[in-house]
Amino acid sequence: MTISLPQRWQFRQPSVIPGFGLALGVTLSWLILVILIPLSGLAWRSSTLGWSTFWTLATDQRTLNALKISFGTAFLAALANVVFGVLLAWVLVRYRFFGRRVIDAMVDLPFALPTAVAGIALTTLYAPNGWIGSLLTPLGLKVAFTPLGIVFALIFVGLPFVVRTVQPIMEEIDREVEEAAATLGATRFQTVSRVLLPGLAPAVLTGFALAFARGVGEYGSVIFIAGNLPYVSEIAPLLIVIRLEEFNYPAATAIAAVMLIISFVMLLVINSIQAWSRRRYGYGA
Amino acid sequence: MAHDAVAPASSGTSEMVRSATSESRLARYGLIALSLAFVGLFLVLPLAIVFTEALRKGPGAFFEAIADPETWAAIRLTLLVAAIAVPLNLVFGIAAAWAIAKFEFKGKAFLTTLIDLPFSVSPVISGLVFVLLFGSHSLLGPWLSSHGIKVLFAVPGIVLATVFVTFPFVARELIPLMQEQGTSDEEAALSLGASGWQTFWYVTLPNIKWGLLYGVLLCNARAMGEFGAVSVVSGHIRGMTNTMPLQVEILYNEYNFIGAFAVATLLALLALVTLVIKSLLEFKFSAQIAAARKH
Amino acid sequence: MEVRVQDIRKDFGRFPALDKVSLDIRSGELIALLGPSGSGKTTLLRLIAGLESPTDGTIFFGDDDASKKTVQERNIGFVFQHYALFRHMTVIDNVAFGLKVRPSSRRPAAADIRKRAEDLIDLVQLGGLEKRYPAQLSGGQRQRVALARAMAVEPNVLLLDEPFGALDAQVRKELRRWLREIHDRTGHTTVFVTHDQDEALELADRVVVMSKGRIEQVGTPDEIYDTPNSPFVFGFIGQSNTLPVRVENGQLWLEDRSIGVSAPGERQGPAELYFRPHDIDLLDGCGGCLAGVVTLSRRVAGTRHVELDIAGSTRRIEIELPSDVAATPGTRIAFRPNRWRLFRS
Repeated sequence: MTISLPQRWQFRQPSVIPGFGLALGVTLSWLILVILIPLSGLAWRSSTLGWSTFWTLATDQRTLNALKISFGTAFLAALANVVFGVLLAWVLVRYRFFGRRVIDAMVDLPFALPTAVAGIALTTLYAPNGWIGSLLTPLGLKVAFTPLGIVFALIFVGLPFVVRTVQPIMEEIDREVEEAAATLGATRFQTVSRVLLPGLAPAVLTGFALAFARGVGEYGSVIFIAGNLPYVSEIAPLLIVIRLEEFNYPAATAIAAVMLIISFVMLLVINSIQAWSRRRYGYGA
Repeated sequence: MAHDAVAPASSGTSEMVRSATSESRLARYGLIALSLAFVGLFLVLPLAIVFTEALRKGPGAFFEAIADPETWAAIRLTLLVAAIAVPLNLVFGIAAAWAIAKFEFKGKAFLTTLIDLPFSVSPVISGLVFVLLFGSHSLLGPWLSSHGIKVLFAVPGIVLATVFVTFPFVARELIPLMQEQGTSDEEAALSLGASGWQTFWYVTLPNIKWGLLYGVLLCNARAMGEFGAVSVVSGHIRGMTNTMPLQVEILYNEYNFIGAFAVATLLALLALVTLVIKSLLEFKFSAQIAAARKH
Repeated sequence: MEVRVQDIRKDFGRFPALDKVSLDIRSGELIALLGPSGSGKTTLLRLIAGLESPTDGTIFFGDDDASKKTVQERNIGFVFQHYALFRHMTVIDNVAFGLKVRPSSRRPAAADIRKRAEDLIDLVQLGGLEKRYPAQLSGGQRQRVALARAMAVEPNVLLLDEPFGALDAQVRKELRRWLREIHDRTGHTTVFVTHDQDEALELADRVVVMSKGRIEQVGTPDEIYDTPNSPFVFGFIGQSNTLPVRVENGQLWLEDRSIGVSAPGERQGPAELYFRPHDIDLLDGCGGCLAGVVTLSRRVAGTRHVELDIAGSTRRIEIELPSDVAATPGTRIAFRPNRWRLFRS
């Protein structure tokens, strides 16, 4: 005979492993001290502004333009990274060629290279008298000190996010699936475009989101190449810095709050899409 | 086949089969060429120009730029900040991974999300939150200044901002690794009479040491290279609160390109060393994980 | 469609996976490739499909030389061991895929594609699940989708690689019977690979037994079981016993005793005697017999399986007796094989 006990609410499942209290204690204290208190300070500061002040500050034309530029260039750069990131991941996973391992390691360069270094290097390259800039100028293409320069810097910064999210999923593709498409008469192009790439969509979306989120907040690699012309090529993080230097804390806080809210909403949307995809197709990334 | 420079990944099959699960030779060469061009343009050239610009006027000018006392002060400060921030996040990372990977408890997913939070916050905002917390207009500001404690525009602020930005790095590496390894090794050690600390020291730590090193490496690279957050809290006081990335910016804005790129060279070397060790670890690391999966 | 495999050789590196294999598959027949792993059965199936190309030899579909064609041009249906369904497509999109990717000149109208896919889904008894995704189906259901997808292109030949390998025993038995019914109804020439002899013997019109890259025997299930033509087939299919014997003057001898079996016309000298556990006569006395002491006795359903230590041999012999024969360990039993074969090394 079995007796069913009423399920008691348990904070954690019993385990013989020791150290839970200590580990969780350290984790939570550090998290609260370093992350949560400072971030709630920002939330509190923006709430003391009052709604109408906040709205005025957030909808200031220069602020709006800066947000538009930040989100717009980050979006374009993330799109470009989807194309080149998937291409790079494909080449790294599928082909064996001389120098493959070096290229694979190089993909992480934007993670490892300080953003300020990337910033001055890209600026020097794309300046009108730089190695690449001098080739583009005769064609009437101006990269450095324009919004296009921002996009280029953000492509650099965001590339590893797409490659490193897509690559492991690509490695796991079952070869039988490709063979199945071939036996059904699909050409190689049809197999890749209708079977393989759609299967990668969740991973690509995640990579896009990560690259986009990083691009929106990016500062160091952008400010050198952007030209920083108000209303034209001034990104939102730079405007925060400018407002801080003017001791205009309310304005800085308002811009930061808007950026954080948009970023979190985006992450939430993308997480929901992921969860939906997992429920439906049995996979996500 | 061995002579084919661009064989598909599953070599050992003949040409007609390749058409079933690979592309034509032309497409392969084309895609590889396109990727190489992209990598060259966006990754190799920026790295190359750092070194060529620094050495534009010869090694003499390069070393002269590095020997500048303000640059030295920046190097010392960067090392100091990393030496404080990295161990702090190392301890935190191990504690967080232990709690999350080895136990099942309510709110675990939420905790993991919170740990990742700094990844989705702009570096500038990461600095801003500390300005709002410790600045002269803040609640704490007047109290701090009346007690003579300087957080902003001083080393403590720089350390705090760096800790904030590098917060998730070690934990992020360890959590999946420790989750994959499970708890059976620890349970075996405990059943043999080992204490909690002994279990951690002799069983868990050897299992995660490469992953730990990997996380520390990435954490350190970011700590030394952080720009946006540190820039907001540092106050840019020359020889005092300038880290190496800030020194790069100042020199560059003063049109001292040799100096800026000389400091940048040091940071680029740090990045290269990080990449090399990372690649080596990935080589070893994946073997370790593969071995763990076998039994 | 009739498929002829002619002198096919396939090398993987230095190792020959298939060596001079020839096989005629008749139109409309259901044929099994049976063998242990590494016997080359899957390689042969993939060669017919065009997923591999032969080192040497030719494959004909009817009178066409198919070995010159790519897998896409061969128009075959292939069911993979792990189904290889497209997980981002619904059941109906999976089934319709082969028709949708046809060049527009040969592609049916959208409504016709839909109709045909729906008919096939009904045929495999999955009506109502058209809009499901593969992740929402059971293993057996996925298997049926894979089959419907392969049949949608009206293949010249249907090829199945271990079609039931990933399913549990109960589902497997059901699907086996069901596949036979589908085959009888549609009449596709069908080749399937299996390492399960029950599956092959129960399902196939003819069985191809393979070992080490060669075909050992081709025949109906009865022929394969009753008249195995090599020691390998004898050992691989069903249970069998072997004893080292000697042929002398048309009689079989084990050591210095005649076992009471005459082998007229057999060459003099040593040979290996093969017989099945149930192909024996129990004897009361022993005027030329095999005799042994029972070491182990197990009741298996309606029969008794008895292990014997045979005098004059170190080998264990297993025989099957009616369940009412008392055969406790230690009992002496005398018997004689009534159906057997001799092989010489």
